[in-house]
Amino acid sequence: MNAAQLLVGFKPTPVDLLGVNDRITRIKSRSIKSEAKLQGLQMALNMIDLTTLEGADTPNKVRQLCYKAMHPHDQMNGIPTVAAVCVFPTLVRTAKEALKGSNVKVAAVSTYFPSGQSTIEIKLRETQYAIGEGADEIDMVISRREFLQGNFEYVLDQIIQIKQLCHKNKVRLKVILETGEIGSLDEVRKASDIALLANPDFIKTSTGKIGQAANMQVTLVMLQAIWDHYQKTGVQVGMKPAGGISDAKSALHYLMIVKEVLGPEWLSNKWFRFGASRLANDVLMQLAKQESGVYQAPQYFSKD
Amino acid sequence: MEDWNLSPAPESASHIQLKKQYDLFINGTFQKPNSKKYFATINPATEEIIAEVAEANVKDVDSAMKAAAEAHKTWSKLSGAERGKYIYRIARMIQEKSREFAVIETLDGGKPIRESRDIDVPLAAAHFFYYAGWADKLDYAFPMRKPQSLGVAAQIIPWNFPLLMAAWKIAPALACGNTVVLKPAETTPLTALKLAEVIQEAGLPAGVVNIITGAGSTGAEMCAHPIPNKLAFTGSTEVGKLVYKAALNGNKKLTLELGGKAANIVFDDAAIEAAVEGIINGIYFNQGHVCCAGSRLFVQETVYDEVLAKLKKRMDMLIVGDPMDKNTDIGAINSKNQLQTIERYLKIGKEEGAEIYQPTCKLPKKGNWCPPTLFTNVAQSNRIAQEEIFGPVLAIQTFRTIEEVIDKANNTPYGLSAGVWTDKGSKIFQLTKALKAGVVWANTYNKFDPTSPFGGYKESGFGREGGIHGLEAYLKFED
Repeated sequence: MNAAQLLVGFKPTPVDLLGVNDRITRIKSRSIKSEAKLQGLQMALNMIDLTTLEGADTPNKVRQLCYKAMHPHDQMNGIPTVAAVCVFPTLVRTAKEALKGSNVKVAAVSTYFPSGQSTIEIKLRETQYAIGEGADEIDMVISRREFLQGNFEYVLDQIIQIKQLCHKNKVRLKVILETGEIGSLDEVRKASDIALLANPDFIKTSTGKIGQAANMQVTLVMLQAIWDHYQKTGVQVGMKPAGGISDAKSALHYLMIVKEVLGPEWLSNKWFRFGASRLANDVLMQLAKQESGVYQAPQYFSKD
Repeated sequence: MEDWNLSPAPESASHIQLKKQYDLFINGTFQKPNSKKYFATINPATEEIIAEVAEANVKDVDSAMKAAAEAHKTWSKLSGAERGKYIYRIARMIQEKSREFAVIETLDGGKPIRESRDIDVPLAAAHFFYYAGWADKLDYAFPMRKPQSLGVAAQIIPWNFPLLMAAWKIAPALACGNTVVLKPAETTPLTALKLAEVIQEAGLPAGVVNIITGAGSTGAEMCAHPIPNKLAFTGSTEVGKLVYKAALNGNKKLTLELGGKAANIVFDDAAIEAAVEGIINGIYFNQGHVCCAGSRLFVQETVYDEVLAKLKKRMDMLIVGDPMDKNTDIGAINSKNQLQTIERYLKIGKEEGAEIYQPTCKLPKKGNWCPPTLFTNVAQSNRIAQEEIFGPVLAIQTFRTIEEVIDKANNTPYGLSAGVWTDKGSKIFQLTKALKAGVVWANTYNKFDPTSPFGGYKESGFGREGGIHGLEAYLKFED
């Protein structure tokens, strides 16, 4: 089905901020201790997409990040790797080589990231290039320009085209809504519902390139959209909150939201990711504390 | 796929100070009861005895009333600012001891520590803070009416929110210059007695607040006593009617806050996820031991399947068990007696042909437990849809039009509270006007604030507690 057909009968689902906050307050009051904490921290680390998306990125910077991705903290035993390394398309080949032999995936941002202000032809070519360089996953952005004008068909059509290209090449697709640019939670829900019509592999909150990144409200609303989509179609879609999550305690609460809204089927890096760089070390510090009983200073953990 | 389950997270009880035996708090000191009798208060989650408390008989009631009457002579003459200082002090001391209060409330009543910690105790302190502020501003609350204190207020409170109800009763009474004899429920006396210790420590003049313990007969003696000018009762409609008679006989001023069977109404244009959360908060908060609980759910037929599916899924997430565990959502039923009442209604519901749903959850072997329950296929004429169950039991009906649901919602002897869920503002106002209920929540439920009046219509009682309205119940006017 094309975008126009998929959008027939599309009806926005209302979201209530008070209700969202009540739900989050309840989940944040969950006390995650001892065994549950250890298991949660291990899961969180294994769900991280270590990210570097700077104009100043060089192959050496990316190689260092890749080593950290595979060996987050060799001083301790039983530490999992992160899920993926996320870079610009021009650095995919470097990352791919550096990660050879590991399970860590390479994700490439594409479609004129972060603004998305370009034509579909250029977005497809860029995505094709990233796939050709060896990307396992593509993180695309939606066109906020068209979304904010109510041109949902345009937005959905682009997602469908990128998705077809990705899936033809067995590459998984994440769709970034850039929730900080699209307005209220009602709009977040609307954008999620539109993106989900294309059955992508993940929907993702943010590029990390503007002030407002992921938060629990937005994540909850997107997860609820994923659940409703799953109920309607049976298609499982993953979730990636990105940017702004830097401490282990919040990460555990994000995972609790996932568990309570979607269920344990989503609790693996196949279906849930954290787009974060600073988070990894805070999780490691907490893991070290669980093992040794004392907090260690940040200088004992490599930065990247 | 691997599941991720929470580990036990028990709140510690090692920091609390409880005596083995509590006497009656009369005239500023703890006094042995004239009855020489004590009764046990039990932890409903473990069935262990926590402490023994004195049983006040007619002579004890009499000495408490006399102490209050004597204290009123000076307390009522004190300046409002001076009274306010004492009330502020009580508020601050509740905050300082909030952890201890929360733990004792949970041990004695069975409610989850999350609720006593985050709701009961902070709200109790907030009530004292709020009314402390009014103490020196009564002339401004009622301009040109010369408000004066009534005298002695006899106050009887229930077991569902023991400390919070004590605060609702004591704070406005003191702010208005009255003195108080308060009786907590016999199953949950401990936080009120702890409050008596706070009041003593705060240096409140002797006799201004007297806290006596006992069962129904003690309450009856309080209502029949000639001294109090005011009776304030929160509890069942059945007992409320007795209190009403006593007030008439003794020509006493009266406020009653009684039962309820609130309609919680979900329209098809509502934010469904929020509504589901509100339904859960509405009926499973405090094990459903809430007079304003949203125990009758009305769902518009077009969204019934979706609401029901989401509600069941959300219920499956609720953790039932040890009230002292920080992750517990639903604690212990307050008493064996109440558990039997609830179980009787579960049986009635099934016999009436309603369909029951309860999530499978492991319940502790000892203690009083009832999993969250909902009934579908309920008719308006079913007893489970008409009578107050006072437990975690929800009766669900469907409706087609707004007129139909207003009609059904008001078709009850009660009128305490209601909830409305819709994304459309005009519909909210249409319903708040049409629903005969003291409180109507829109797109939320069970939200409380000291500034907001609370109280009912019809068999749910009369008089308001909270806000400026709550002052009026403890004042007389020259006009």
